[in-house]
Amino acid sequence: MEIRVNPTRMELNRLKARLAMAVRGHKLLKDKRDELMRQFLVLVKENKKLREEVEERLARSFQKFMLARAVMSAEAVEEAIMFPQVQLEVQLDVQNIMSVHTPKLSWQQVGEASDSIYPYGFAETSGELDDSINTLSELLPRLLELAEVEKSVNLLADEIERTRRRVNALEHVMIPELERTVRYITMKLDESERANLTRLMKVKDIVRAKGI
Amino acid sequence: MMSMPKIAVIGDRDSILGFKAVGVTTFPVTGPEQAKAVLRTIAGDETYGVVFITEQAAAAAQEAVDEFQQQTTPILVPIPSSQGSLGLGMERIRRNVEKAVGADILFGKEGR
Repeated sequence: MEIRVNPTRMELNRLKARLAMAVRGHKLLKDKRDELMRQFLVLVKENKKLREEVEERLARSFQKFMLARAVMSAEAVEEAIMFPQVQLEVQLDVQNIMSVHTPKLSWQQVGEASDSIYPYGFAETSGELDDSINTLSELLPRLLELAEVEKSVNLLADEIERTRRRVNALEHVMIPELERTVRYITMKLDESERANLTRLMKVKDIVRAKGI
Repeated sequence: MMSMPKIAVIGDRDSILGFKAVGVTTFPVTGPEQAKAVLRTIAGDETYGVVFITEQAAAAAQEAVDEFQQQTTPILVPIPSSQGSLGLGMERIRRNVEKAVGADILFGKEGR
């Protein structure tokens, strides 16, 4: 199974250097994988919690919105929220977790600095609509948080998988193969050393037998 | 990085109307084809940083969603619609865990 190589001392040295490098790389990658995993587990737990919360609150907001739709006509609802008062803008930054570039979101509301988030007057709309929009606007930061965490989890999972593949390839393919080849060359060299030795002894015997 | 990205939401009209009021750009879609088209448009657009999509729409346009997911930005997040949750978002978390850990360790207790 070993790689076809010339069993020479030079080749042996070269392979030994490669083996040492592979072992070092393997150790480093293993450390990287472990640390990634630790970060991942923290994030993924947060992700799960966040999603549960968001889904539950979103369902509540939808419920309220449905109520609003029920007491007001569809046109009235649409008209009411036609022109949003506020505009949410997000800032997308990159955060580096173990050389995985994950997004980091920050956000701010832009719009007229009025004290109301409602894009309509109160005269023609129902309280249910206010309620649903209020819930939703409270929820939005959590939604953005969820987006950030979920994407990070996704990216980390990809990176962990990649790293694990590399660790496994080194551990189960590269390193054993190199070790086998090193052993093969060492044995080959030893063998020729022994052959050389016996030959010398033999020659010495012959010389001695011929008489001084 | 860039000039302030915005937020968008894709889904059926009833589910996303409320988002409009809080300043999110809405893309109402009715069928799978439309959902795909909208996703592809947004994917190539730098204007949006975060895109929410209702699970119903995401399920209908699965390939487009997968494509979208390959990109770092915009971030695509499935959310439940007004018809309730399909469990797609949770499923995604579970898949991530499985991919990274090799086994499902978070949701194991809930009987699968």
